[in-house]
Amino acid sequence: MSHSSTPKLAVWKFASCDGCQLSLLDCEDELLAISEKLEIAHFLEASRLQIAGPYDLSLVEGSITTAQDLEKIQKIRQQSKYLVCIGACATSGGIQALRNFQDVKEFSSAVYAKPHYIETLKTSTSIASHVLVDFELQGCPINKKQLIEVILAFLQQRQPNIPSYSVCVECKQAGKVCVMVASGTPCLGPVTHAGCGAVCPAYHRGCYACYGPMESPNTQALSRRWQDLGASRKDLVRVFRTFNAYANDFHKISEFHEKKEK
Amino acid sequence: MKKKKNKKKVRTIQVDYLARVEGEATLYIQLEDEKIREVKLKIFEPPRFFEAFLRGRNFAEAPDITARICGICPVAYQMSSVHAMENAFGVQVEGALRDLRRLIYCGEWIESHSLHIYMLHAPDFLGYPDAVRMAKDHPEIVKRGLGLKKVGNEIISLLGGREIHPINVKVGGFYRTPTRKELQVLLPSLEKAREAALETLHWAAQFDFPDFEQDYEFVALSHTEEYPFNEGRIISNRGLDISVEEFEDYFQEQQVEYSNALHCLLRGKPYFVGPMARFNLNFEKFSPVVQQAANSIGLLPGLKNPFKSILVRSLEVLHACEEALRIVQNYQEASSATIKISASAGKGYACTEAPRGLLYHRYHINSQELIEEAKIVPPTSQNQKIIEDDLFKLLEHSLHLEEEKLQEYCEHAVRNYDPCISCATHFLKLQVERK
Ligand code: SF4
Repeated sequence: MSHSSTPKLAVWKFASCDGCQLSLLDCEDELLAISEKLEIAHFLEASRLQIAGPYDLSLVEGSITTAQDLEKIQKIRQQSKYLVCIGACATSGGIQALRNFQDVKEFSSAVYAKPHYIETLKTSTSIASHVLVDFELQGCPINKKQLIEVILAFLQQRQPNIPSYSVCVECKQAGKVCVMVASGTPCLGPVTHAGCGAVCPAYHRGCYACYGPMESPNTQALSRRWQDLGASRKDLVRVFRTFNAYANDFHKISEFHEKKEK
Repeated sequence: MKKKKNKKKVRTIQVDYLARVEGEATLYIQLEDEKIREVKLKIFEPPRFFEAFLRGRNFAEAPDITARICGICPVAYQMSSVHAMENAFGVQVEGALRDLRRLIYCGEWIESHSLHIYMLHAPDFLGYPDAVRMAKDHPEIVKRGLGLKKVGNEIISLLGGREIHPINVKVGGFYRTPTRKELQVLLPSLEKAREAALETLHWAAQFDFPDFEQDYEFVALSHTEEYPFNEGRIISNRGLDISVEEFEDYFQEQQVEYSNALHCLLRGKPYFVGPMARFNLNFEKFSPVVQQAANSIGLLPGLKNPFKSILVRSLEVLHACEEALRIVQNYQEASSATIKISASAGKGYACTEAPRGLLYHRYHINSQELIEEAKIVPPTSQNQKIIEDDLFKLLEHSLHLEEEKLQEYCEHAVRNYDPCISCATHFLKLQVERK
């Protein structure tokens, strides 16, 4: 990266739960080794030290929900050689994008008695809808092993090795029994981006798509399968409107079911 | 940090982004002729409106959705939400399933407390900007902290499927329960962790603690037989003794203009939740081994110095390791991973002890099994007023300090509470204005 000294890493936060940046601190075995390859220049959750940019790699967590954050992300982009989004909030707007389907004024009055104190945009949107991003790591939360792979890839100036197939493929690779076939449990694995290691089926539960849509998912075919298993249109709207509700493919299919329902 | 002056000698101290806390906040302090006028902990983390979008969701979705309020204590949100739902439907999870819930909570206490002790709080006592830089001089200590944290995460992953936002907790129990053999795998790491917890306690006991004591009202759950996790009455050292259902009759949330988090008050007054409150109110529920460890460093109930909360967290890590060992050793597989739930319209309430303190959830469920109303009161919004009060009193005696030191001292005092801003907006910039 920068030729002279150790590359500088920055970690940024927007609207989020802090879980994805915590993944870096959760690398208990690797954290100290990684910190020898990189200088942690800005990572508020972990350090008081704030070293000025430019940065070689910026990891961005969280979604854009305020006017100030809109400005902040532009500045971060200008200061970053590579910008990588981590987690569903940053890649699709996160769970807080559920506001995009409703009236925010009404939302803030449900939570705060004096909603006029609260400054917020109508929508919660991904980082890529505002600035150019170099890579998106999906997941709510991201997988920490994948995070290390992404950091190493950018250090070594290569493409990260992050498979883009579905959770279904991971599930089969792990030799697990398909919950949909074996017990008729509705599962979103066929349309969901891999990365979690098919953890839900391993615990006898259907995938609930916290890793967001895979590349070109067949959400229509899967919806029909769910309907055969007893899901209503209303259920399907809800199922696609969770942690990645504003990701394009999930957004489209939930609107489709919503229209059909009416 | 900015400094402003005018004729009246106004001084402002402001920390724009408070570090080593979870989430974003500013600290603003205004001084006029070296007298403190205002202390504000401003939470500017954008609100995410969980209570609003929970409306219309199925009751069963609450544990997965509310977990996303906080990546540091998702288990706490899952525990409060499932217990509130079960309260609404008139059922109670008992036996092995109840033990497994305590076990996963032990994991979260160990993980979250170790993170705070070693990575967020100890650098204040030892004078480092962060744990990674602290590791250059004290590699073995930081490794011990990371090792402890990892054991907490191992418990959560084994029981919950993964460490952040576990997938295995549901209303009524779990999706899948471990076999006895699967759980036994934890024993060697837990035994090592118990040793490390004891070492942590003795290491932290050597720190220099500022001489600062206040007369607080401490509030925590209290259970007849156990150190509290998921059940109990809400009690205080000033005579409060109420059921969880009565929470909103006594505790009120208040909105303040400068913060995106609500302040919660008890009968109009600030109060203190978290490890120190639990410790002061439930000391006799610790096992003899834990009580003895506390005695060995002179840590006794009636503790009023929040800087010593790091000792209490260390003690609670020891307790959680012991409790986890006990549960794993005595575990008998449950016949079913979940109890039968028949959802019906009603109201449900629960309080559990998150690592940072009392976490209240209330839900109204309608006849279609959907959430009609949700209310969540996280620990940090309960401690916010106490943090401001502490700063006020602390500053009275420290204005002689140079700006940089004063700022560090204030930040340290805030970190005593391990505030979680993500939770409270559901944190810190320090700004002191001197007039
Ligand atoms: S993607 Fe999920 S885990 Fe990551 S910050 Fe957002 S809410 Fe938290």
